[in-house]
Amino acid sequence: MPPIGPTGRDLRLDLFRGLALWLIFLDHIPQNIVNWVTIRNYGFSDAAEIFVFISGYTAAFVYGRAAHDRGMIVATARVWRRAWQVYVAHVFIFVIFMAEVSYLTTSVIENPLYSEEMRVFDFLQQPGTALFEALILKFQPNFMDVLPLYIVLLLAFPAVLWLLLRQPTLALLLSLALYTAAKILNWNLPAYPTSYWFFNPFAWQFIFVVGAWCSVGASERAHELLRSRAAVRIAVAYLALSFLVVLTWYIPRAAALIPKVVQDWIYPIDKNNLDLLRFLHFAALAIVTVHFVPIDWPGLKSAWLRPMVLCGQHSLEIFCLGIFLSFIGYFVTSEISRSVAMQILISVLGIAVMIAVAWLITWYNGVEGRGSGKGRKPQADLAGGEA
Amino acid sequence: MMRLAAILLGILGCVSTASGADDACAVVGHLVQADAALPRVAAAIKKKSLTVVVAGTTSSSLPGPNGPALAYPSRLEAALQQKLPGVTVKVTSLAKPRQSAADMAQAFPKVLRDEKPALIVWQTGTADAMMGVGADAFQTTLEDAVSRVHDGGADIIFINPQYSPRTDALIATAPFAEAMRWVANGNAINLFDRQGVMREWGELGTFDLHAATKSLDTAARVHDCIGRLLADLVVQGVAVVGDEAKDKTTR
Repeated sequence: MPPIGPTGRDLRLDLFRGLALWLIFLDHIPQNIVNWVTIRNYGFSDAAEIFVFISGYTAAFVYGRAAHDRGMIVATARVWRRAWQVYVAHVFIFVIFMAEVSYLTTSVIENPLYSEEMRVFDFLQQPGTALFEALILKFQPNFMDVLPLYIVLLLAFPAVLWLLLRQPTLALLLSLALYTAAKILNWNLPAYPTSYWFFNPFAWQFIFVVGAWCSVGASERAHELLRSRAAVRIAVAYLALSFLVVLTWYIPRAAALIPKVVQDWIYPIDKNNLDLLRFLHFAALAIVTVHFVPIDWPGLKSAWLRPMVLCGQHSLEIFCLGIFLSFIGYFVTSEISRSVAMQILISVLGIAVMIAVAWLITWYNGVEGRGSGKGRKPQADLAGGEA
Repeated sequence: MMRLAAILLGILGCVSTASGADDACAVVGHLVQADAALPRVAAAIKKKSLTVVVAGTTSSSLPGPNGPALAYPSRLEAALQQKLPGVTVKVTSLAKPRQSAADMAQAFPKVLRDEKPALIVWQTGTADAMMGVGADAFQTTLEDAVSRVHDGGADIIFINPQYSPRTDALIATAPFAEAMRWVANGNAINLFDRQGVMREWGELGTFDLHAATKSLDTAARVHDCIGRLLADLVVQGVAVVGDEAKDKTTR
């Protein structure tokens, strides 16, 4: 990915982060027919990789500039302020989650067929403990696991940024070493009530740091290598191969077409620890995307893609909104109607609301003289904390 | 409309007798197919004595004093007995709450020694999903257990997590169901797709899986059907053994 010139922001980041946010929303409504469009059905990686990579990329871009202009202490303060905002957002989402779950258990659920599944509500027996464990990020109910990852990544980011700006290659190698060590030694943070974090931060930091490295650390030669014809060819081949493998998941008996040795080698594809196959799949996607969607691609400014770009520009707000909407969407599809028409309606409405709110935030920031309002430099709202 | 259909079906179900239950099971028959042979079961049937062990968690049982008799392991025993006249069929349920796949796999050597089953029906996935076990670790556990069970003289049938419309946003069972499908495909093991079967029932309105109730009625009928469908799967798996033998002789 080429470095962004000082003159403007790379709209591709916003575009694809917006896309990732939509996909995360869709993936979070179980049994949603619209999930068919999401990339996890076509390859090893999914929206989580896009989100974490772009977050690392923009974080390095924004706070790297702050470090350059105002010094490392100010940059650190800004990063941690951002981490605090994400933490507050996480707690907010958790409160909504508690409210929904409490409503479900007190009003509607009881069935001897599902006594096992009902135990998922056991934490409501001790709401105080659950609340405390959520506040210290140990309790991460289903789908509430991305923001805790983001928070710890941001907490550690000042040190990473400091090194990236001085010894980029060393920073990348250290990140890779931590990733490898975490895999071999099974490092992860503990979760409540049992087990470990779904997104192992020691593994997932790697894609975040790679994003940051691409943004501020990579040399021009590294960028040329990544944009070379050979790299694009290898990436396309890898994407095609992984598509074929994924295809066998959906066709009965097709799995037998993959030799047992290969199967034993590639499976299981581990999301918790960012399997290397997943990382490579994302890297291939990024290389191909950058090749076919250049930074000055006119489509990036078209009205058609504007909604996606807008969502990507307000990622934290839209991410939280997406989680909230997927709770509602789940509630509607499970309590009111599970019909296909309803699933499609919920998906379309949800994305429409995300676009509307993103537009509203942009408008408000403009009115308040913040962000990308008229007469402002385009990167100003990036510096405003949209990392 | 779905509600109305469900009510109508419910009424029909009440009016008709035993065959009604059969029909309810049959609507999902196309989802239950033996992909692999069950040679050890076939051998046991030849010897006129078939022992099956069900390893699983709470969803392999039903609460209450009649629970054990109504739960699918007992229904499987009854259905198999009916389909295999002259064979002594014994199904033992080792269902216990909160057992991860690893917990159950650890107990298999002793189970194989003590019970000498020709078949282990292994219901798992939900407990692991709720405990937050990694899907990859889960898959590795299954892979390791499969060869040990085979070496111990028993065939395996997997049963994946049940379809639970009210909790499926809270318990991410999909990666576990996927892992089970993978291990089943890769090791020529039969998978009883309980999730798919129950989803079909829910969507067709055969059973109201949304109801909030304390009554065991629907739960018992669901388990009865699961028992019958499992018995069909076992018999099919045995037939696959016969087909494979024929293939070999004609070649």
